[in-house]
Parts: sequence; C-alpha cells; structure tokens
Amino acid sequence: MSEWWTYRLSNFLLFSPRTYYRLLELYNAAIWPAQVAAFLVGLAILVFLVRPTAARARLAAGLLAACWIWVAVAFHAKRYATINFAAAQFAWAFGVEAALLLLFVMFQRGHGRAGGARPGVWIVGYALFLHPFAGLLAGRDWRGLEIFGVTPDPTAIATIGAVLVLARGRRWLLLAIPVLWCVVSGFTLRAMKAPDGWILFGAAAAALVFALRRRATSPVTRAG
Amino acid sequence: MDRRRLLLSMAAAGAAAALRPLSAAPARSPLLEKPIPSSGEKLPLVGLGSWVTFNVGDDPAGRDSCAEVMRAFFQGGGRVIDSSPMYGSSQEVIGYGLRKLGAPRQLFSADKVWTSSAGAPQVEESRRRWGIARFDLLEVHNLLSWEEHLPKLLEMKAAGKLRYVGITTSEGRRHEEMEKVLRSQKLDFVQFTYNVLDREAEARLLPLARDRGVAVIVNRPFRRGELIEKLGRRPLPPFAAEIDCSGWPQLLLKFIASHPAVTCAIPATSRVDHVRENLGASYGRLPDEAMRRRIVEYVEKL
Repeated sequence: MSEWWTYRLSNFLLFSPRTYYRLLELYNAAIWPAQVAAFLVGLAILVFLVRPTAARARLAAGLLAACWIWVAVAFHAKRYATINFAAAQFAWAFGVEAALLLLFVMFQRGHGRAGGARPGVWIVGYALFLHPFAGLLAGRDWRGLEIFGVTPDPTAIATIGAVLVLARGRRWLLLAIPVLWCVVSGFTLRAMKAPDGWILFGAAAAALVFALRRRATSPVTRAG
Repeated sequence: MDRRRLLLSMAAAGAAAALRPLSAAPARSPLLEKPIPSSGEKLPLVGLGSWVTFNVGDDPAGRDSCAEVMRAFFQGGGRVIDSSPMYGSSQEVIGYGLRKLGAPRQLFSADKVWTSSAGAPQVEESRRRWGIARFDLLEVHNLLSWEEHLPKLLEMKAAGKLRYVGITTSEGRRHEEMEKVLRSQKLDFVQFTYNVLDREAEARLLPLARDRGVAVIVNRPFRRGELIEKLGRRPLPPFAAEIDCSGWPQLLLKFIASHPAVTCAIPATSRVDHVRENLGASYGRLPDEAMRRRIVEYVEKL
C-alpha cells in the first residue's frame, strides 16, 4: 500500500453496517442460549475478582480463556470471516490471548490487587451489565445485543478489567491483544458511524492509564 | 418516450417480475449501449458493482435481497456485474443470485485478480464462486503485481478461457502507473474512478484510453454514496429534464456515461428501487459537451 495516506477509514470497511448488525443478530439466534451461560460465567468472574484468592484468580483467568476460545471459533472463524477476510487473523489473535490466559493459570502463584484493581472490577461490571445496551442506545436492534463471553467487544473490555485486578508483573502480555482489539473494533464501529466506537477507545485508554499507574496497594498472596 | 412513461414502464416491469422469464425484457425505449473498442461488442451504459453491497456473508435474507437486485438489473437490460476476491462474500453472493435466476445469458461477468501471488488458483476459485464456465473480463485489481498477472491473463485469453483483459485502480490512485501500462500493454479494459467531482481522469487517462482503443469501466460513480447523500438534499437542476433525468443518480451516471471514452459505470447498490433508478440512466437522451459543463458548474456551486 504505497499510497496509504490516500485511504480513509471507510476504505477498509468491506461490509455495510446493516450487514454487520445482521450478522450479530443471526449469531445470537444461532447460539442461544449460550448467552445465558456466558453471562453466568461473567458473574462468577466478577465475584472472583471482588474477593480474589490465588485459586479464584486462576479460575477467573481460566474462564476468561474459555470465552476467548469461544469467540475465536464461534464468532470470528465461523461468522465474522464470512464478511471480513481479516477475521481469520482475529481468530488466531483471540486464540493466542486464550493461551496466554491459560499460561497465567498454570504459572501464577498469587494474585495482584495491583494499581487499577478497583477500576478493573468496575470495568468488568460495565462489560457484563452495561455494554450489551450500548448498541440499543445507538439505535440498533435488541437481537444484536453484544453479550460478554460470546462477542468480542465486551469480552475484550472485561479482560482488560480482569487483568488490571489479577496480574502484577508483565500484565502487558495479557493486555496487548484486548487493547489492540478495542482499537480495531473502535475504528470499525467509527467507520460505520456508530457512536459506541468511542467506548472501545475508552476501554483501551483505561487499560493504558490504569496499567501504567504504579502499584498502589501491597500485593496479597495466599495459597489457593 | 418521456421520463414519466419510462419510469412507469420500469415500475410495471418490476411488478411483473415474478411472472416474466428473465430473457423477456420489458418493452421500452432503446437501451443505450457503447461498444468495447477491441471487439465491437456492445455493453449497456450502466453495470452493477458489488463492493460492500453484496458482501452479506451467509445471511439468507441478505442473499435473497441481492438476488432480487440482480433480477431487477437483468430485467432492466443490465449486463455487466463486477466483483473481486477482495470483496468478502460478494462473489459467492453473485453466484447464489445467478443460480437462483437460472444463469441469465445476458450476464457479462467482470472480476479481478487481487493478491500478489496465487493468480491462477485465485481465478479458478473466483470462477467456482460465481458458478460460471469462464469470465468475460478479468482485471488486475489496483495494478497489484500487474507485471506478473497480465501475461497470464493474456495467455488465458489466447487459450479461449477468457474474453477480455484489463487493469483497475480506484479513487485517483496510481494514475501514472496506469497510464504507463495503458501505453505499453495490449488491454481491452481499464477501470478507474471518475465522477462529476473527481475528474482527474479527464486530463490523461480518458483521452489515452480512447486513443488506445480501450474500454473504460468507471467505479465509485457516487463516491460510495457520498454524492447522493449530499446532492440528494439539493434541487435537481432544471435542465435535468432535457436529458431525461428524474433524479440525481441518473444525472450523475449520465454525466459519466456521456464522456466519449467511457463505456459503462458500475454503481453498487443493495436496493431494487436504486438499481432500477440507476438503470434509468441507460435510457433517453445523454448530455452533450455543453450540458456536461453545465452539470459540473451546477454541482460545484452547491
């Protein structure tokens, strides 16, 4: 792409907003009632994050990894790839994030309570309870609700929050892909003139701000 | 035939869609066509693009909707459908539409070679997705690796596996390189962007294509809908009736198609009413040079 400066955001959008939102609606209909299970998984993760122990931290990360694998296969590879050839790469990236979370499960001996822990819990709560309604507020159909654990945006936002709570050292290893996804999805939504694209940019910014804060509280490590 | 009668006849054709076989085109004023310089074969002034609009994935309702657009397109006399492997599921959706419509014989299939490698397998995959025996036209998408792809496409043409060969670009990019290829290679078609506000091609590419006897397909005639969105809120110029235009889309398409070097324009749409309106530009009177200047002046003042 030798003349990249001549391209606008919309040049990279291969599909119409109507097609993308229809894809979400059809996906939701096809996987029902997986959304209920995903929401319950999200609730469990939130509970683990509010009062984390080493065991709960590992459980939360393991459940998150399962969600990333689900989204990689069921959403990106099977659905999104039908309208966006980049979705195959997105599926791989989501798989890598799942693998990183599983490595965290295997090797993490304590849990964080690092700087950003409390905002992290709020971010997870937002992804779980409020983000599904962002599309409704933007004027889209309720059948296209984006639910944590089965669609990429709330899953990535919640993971940012969870990593802020759980991980101490090298948290960027776990944050990089969710943050990148938020940027990619934010641009996609903005190219479709969807106002909730700004939420994704906000989540990426929150990850930057809170992850860069010095660890404020002393880490507590317990046997899980 | 005046504009009102023309529109009425097109509406009647739509209402009778379910009853009429595709081969039986509705009676109306003569369809305006232009010849492909290298063969003399004539093409209607308005084709059908598939960028974004036909990329509906596996959505059954979306696929049926695109098939109806294709049905209206063929019934209105349309022939050229353009796609690319870069357009997501568009090729498969076109293939679905062609199967549903019983492989209309009037189809002029135009597709592209896109990636820098895997030219032949990609062409075969594209052909399989369309579900046709061979493409009428294959072009090198955005001039990507044209040195590698053009000889192979010309070989295909010589072997009877392809009827025409061309190159494409869009939105004003790589015009100098396109000019170089136009001068040095034996092409049947070129495709680039040209519309009432993006007229860079008038300076060199359009005259060169005419001199070299190369057919011109025009993409982005509405700047991906931006022109319709902006101009649609403004009054149509009073002189539009003099060239049988009932709306901005037809005026913009007739401006493009009336350039002597242009063979056809390929607006993309996902709506049956829009494809009918677009096809209206293939009928009636075309603007002369003086009228073309008036159109530009009018639009630039808005």
